[in-house]
Amino acid sequence: MRLPCPICGARDHREFYYQGAAVMLDRPEPDAGSDVWDEYLHLRPNVPGAHDELWSHDAGCGAWLRVTRNTVTHEVIGAVLASEVSR
Amino acid sequence: MRFSGLRVLKEGLTGNKGWEPHWRNPEPKPEYDIVLIGGGGHGLATAHYLAKIHGLTNVAVLEKGYLGGGNVGRNTTIVRANYMMPGNSEFYSHSLKLWEGLEEDLNYNVMHSQRGLINLFHSDGQRDAFARRGNRMIAQGDDAELLDTAGVRKLLPYLDYDQTRFPIYGGLYHKRGGTARHDAVAWGFARSASDRGVDLIQQCEVTGIDVEGGVVKGVQTTRGPIRAKKVGMVAAGRSGQVAAMAGLTLPIESHVLQAFVTEGLKPCIDHVISYGMGHFYISQSDKGGLVFGGDLDMYSSYAARGNLPLAEHVAEAAMTLMPMIGHARMLRSWAGIMDMSPDGSFIMDKTDIDGLFVNTGWCYGGFKATPASGHTFAHLLATGNPHPTTAQHRLDRFRTGVGIMDEEATGSQHNLH
Repeated sequence: MRLPCPICGARDHREFYYQGAAVMLDRPEPDAGSDVWDEYLHLRPNVPGAHDELWSHDAGCGAWLRVTRNTVTHEVIGAVLASEVSR
Repeated sequence: MRFSGLRVLKEGLTGNKGWEPHWRNPEPKPEYDIVLIGGGGHGLATAHYLAKIHGLTNVAVLEKGYLGGGNVGRNTTIVRANYMMPGNSEFYSHSLKLWEGLEEDLNYNVMHSQRGLINLFHSDGQRDAFARRGNRMIAQGDDAELLDTAGVRKLLPYLDYDQTRFPIYGGLYHKRGGTARHDAVAWGFARSASDRGVDLIQQCEVTGIDVEGGVVKGVQTTRGPIRAKKVGMVAAGRSGQVAAMAGLTLPIESHVLQAFVTEGLKPCIDHVISYGMGHFYISQSDKGGLVFGGDLDMYSSYAARGNLPLAEHVAEAAMTLMPMIGHARMLRSWAGIMDMSPDGSFIMDKTDIDGLFVNTGWCYGGFKATPASGHTFAHLLATGNPHPTTAQHRLDRFRTGVGIMDEEATGSQHNLH
């Protein structure tokens, strides 16, 4: 599996650290309440198929990427810098 | 049909013509008291204990593929009770005791072999951690023995003791640990449940869960609707998909875990061994293959197959620990879909929907739990109350922070296991 880093190009997935679903980018307000924080930290749709997720290019440029990947086939659909994802 | 030595002898002398199928293959009825979604080890065990202990036989197990085709047929077959945290410790202790009486209970040879499990350690700090774990196991009433290097060398003479990088300081020896024939466990539970009147329905995928006014009413399936008073979701790596049909989101991520087996060899590894530097564990099957595995691939996956970097990593760990393994040829590798929870411990609870129950989050350790998972889930379904050994395994523990069982002391969040 290779991930297309927007800075470094296609690189072996061993160079990356997997953080999890990209819902982590939608950080709630501090006073949003425990249910909202529980959902953010713990609950995961965990849907088979196209999945937005966060990878860090640890052994490369160090950038955080939002990768779209098919969790059934392992096909990598695309990747953008997490810093450029509009929220 | 009961199995016995005499029966085997008689069948052997008469051409093995008297054996019958081990379970019925019934059509689904329109209504059951309890429907279990998932015909894997845990679902079949739940059906067995519902029938045997609670006398509930108007029960169906719905399986979208074939019985035991998921993780119960894909694991590395290890059975042990060496957990440390309150909540897990008593549960896995309970499970090992059920294993020890399982063959008699099921009248089925599950080839449970208490050959002993040795967790190796490679530093003073790791020795302290294993000494503590051993003390917790003994306090729970299970067995543990701390071995020094000479003690391990006596049992496992073929390891590389003098490696400069990770010398072997000793091991924690759990004599009652071992292995079991994984498929036979599923088959034994299936046969017992079927004999007692439970309908095991294969090729029957659940496509919807019917909820009216906050109460579960039944399920929609590829073989028609089935009404039910109670529904238990026991779908392991597919738990998220099943729960979504009832509008629920679970604290579960599905990951891929690979396992490997070599060609059949003469007996050479008599125990279950786990390496302390790098995630690697190995035993030898009765057929002779060395069965081993390592860590998750570490990304979300429903593929039931992994990638080569992890295979390479596992092979490197194997070669570092026991160079002799380099002479064996790898025969097959496969993978399963793991239901990973944030604290590495399972979830067994009611849901907010009346009559709908969930059993999930077994991470990569569900096989050893099979009897106790079935036993305690049956208790929950039958009585509405959790069994004492699963009282802590609540669905809301991550929100409340109460009762988290953080076995690896890494905090309770996804992707730390």
